[in-house]
Amino acid sequence: METRHLNRFISFDRKTGVLRCEAGVLLKDILNLTVLFGWFLPVVPGTELISLGGAVANDIHGKNHHEMGTIGRHILGLELLRSDQSRMYCSPNSNPDLFYATIGGLGLTGLITFIDIQLFPGGDQISSETIKFYQLEEFFEISDDSAQRFQYTVAWVDCSSHFGHLGRGIFFRGNHLQKSSEKIRSGYKVRESTLVVPEGVPGIFLNHLTVTLFNLAYFHRHKSSKKQINQNYKSFFFPLDGIRHWNRIYGRKGLRQYQFVLPKDKKDCIRKIFGMISRSGLGSFLAVFKEFGDLKSPGILSFPEPGYTLALDFPAGNPQTLKLFAQLDQLIAKNGGRLYPAKDSHMSPEMFKACYPEYKNFRKFIDPAFSSDFSKRVHLIES
Amino acid sequence: MNRKILIFGATSAIAQETAKIFCDKSTWFCLVGRSDLKLQSVKNDLLTRGAEKVSCELFDLDGDVNPETLKEKIVESFGIPDVILIAWGDLPDQKHCEEDYTEFEKTFRINFLSVVMVLTPFINILKDKGSGVIAVISSVAGDRGRQSNFAYGSAKGALNRWLQGLRNALWRSGVHVLTIKPGFIDTPMTGDIAKGPLFVKPEMIAPAIKQAILKKRNEIYVPGFWMVIMSLICLIPESLFKRLKL
Repeated sequence: METRHLNRFISFDRKTGVLRCEAGVLLKDILNLTVLFGWFLPVVPGTELISLGGAVANDIHGKNHHEMGTIGRHILGLELLRSDQSRMYCSPNSNPDLFYATIGGLGLTGLITFIDIQLFPGGDQISSETIKFYQLEEFFEISDDSAQRFQYTVAWVDCSSHFGHLGRGIFFRGNHLQKSSEKIRSGYKVRESTLVVPEGVPGIFLNHLTVTLFNLAYFHRHKSSKKQINQNYKSFFFPLDGIRHWNRIYGRKGLRQYQFVLPKDKKDCIRKIFGMISRSGLGSFLAVFKEFGDLKSPGILSFPEPGYTLALDFPAGNPQTLKLFAQLDQLIAKNGGRLYPAKDSHMSPEMFKACYPEYKNFRKFIDPAFSSDFSKRVHLIES
Repeated sequence: MNRKILIFGATSAIAQETAKIFCDKSTWFCLVGRSDLKLQSVKNDLLTRGAEKVSCELFDLDGDVNPETLKEKIVESFGIPDVILIAWGDLPDQKHCEEDYTEFEKTFRINFLSVVMVLTPFINILKDKGSGVIAVISSVAGDRGRQSNFAYGSAKGALNRWLQGLRNALWRSGVHVLTIKPGFIDTPMTGDIAKGPLFVKPEMIAPAIKQAILKKRNEIYVPGFWMVIMSLICLIPESLFKRLKL
């Protein structure tokens, strides 16, 4: 269902930071407006090119999950339009069951028409630090240390590195600066990149060799082991948005994403998974690793739980990819972890039911006229 | 000093995207359209984006229309506009227009005659004021009649000619006329048409429209590459063109 014409602002209180807008408004448009007045979205993912409705329907998380939880925690209310033409305002106090089903509800409970969201004080500049780490153990230490002092934390990890260097990477952490930059206050807009990956790039450019070489170069590009700079929010949060159609480098078959979370006491399992991915030679250079905090996710089908999450891309054209996914699925289900529906293109009904036993409770909120490829594949909708 | 922008067809996609980028503390909008609900949602959007003031007027071309009364209402409550943007249009089914004259007449009325109708009462007050920009969204289809859309094309062609004459007539008075010729734009009006590589989103052409209004250009093609395409189309001799299925 296309909601891009549902893209208007309705109201914005510059004093309280409460924004009401139609569900098709992009996060980019929200930030372009609100950052001027010192308000920031409470949760942003790796791209600003998604709609607020989509963000709520997937109950997205961001680099600040350990402080702010998922976006659903900051939604004051939303209007839901169902196929029987009923419109319902849903909030923690009004139709709460439907509210908590719709957050993370993957668009299956009806069409979200508008959303009320509480923004939080934050300007356009982030004071950011990068720290190189050489092993997974170091990541765990840095992550623990950063949680108290930094609003935003995330790591890029090299999934092609072997044995002694397993799980080396770069840790990024940052805080909003108190004052917005002069430029943004005078209405200056950040110039957007015009880099575009052309259509028709063959997928063979992305292979084990090129990924290993890229990872090597990227890791060593960060020369000092620790570095601090002030960055514009777009370059801190949305580096890939600067390259339009980046997914085309995977070739015509495209990519499959794999993202999971495992509880904190399953560090051994995480090490095992890194080893499996690195031995397969399939993982691409985009691997994001982060510690989730303890803030409860509000939606029935929300993904984040306390633990560690890894998100990775794999070439869809390679038949070994799905074999690896099956092995990873088994390991993750056995260790009390789960997969992220928003990133999923392969989950089986059994895996889904094991990861989300609450699905039985969710089913009664599904609008009978709504379905999705995902809901059909995992038998969320009984056929 | 406040900049007053009057928009006819204010709920159209191109009008909304253009209005969005004009939003600032010094801009007042008067939005004219036929759906109160849609006008209110556009109004809220513009106010949230920073417009100083936004008022709405209902006007339905299919209803009881009195352009003079409309003008009086607007001038009384909003004042004399600095910019008038006309952004309504109708993309009809070409075959229906060929088979049924009333369909053709309807599209000619919406795409051409209604523009003349609503602008005429404003021409003298703008002349007296001695300044202002009249910007009308026409189409590349008006550049040459072709078999796939000549009902729409002839209405837009007539519009282009009329705007050209008006530009000439108003030049000495300080009032400027801008003809905007979009190519394939991805909007609800083209919702039923399969989208090819030449289609662009309305937000891509809004900055060019704004610049053309501020710089008082005469005619612009948006996106700009349509100037090349239409120049080539117009160069084709008629004896050849009539055989093509464009």
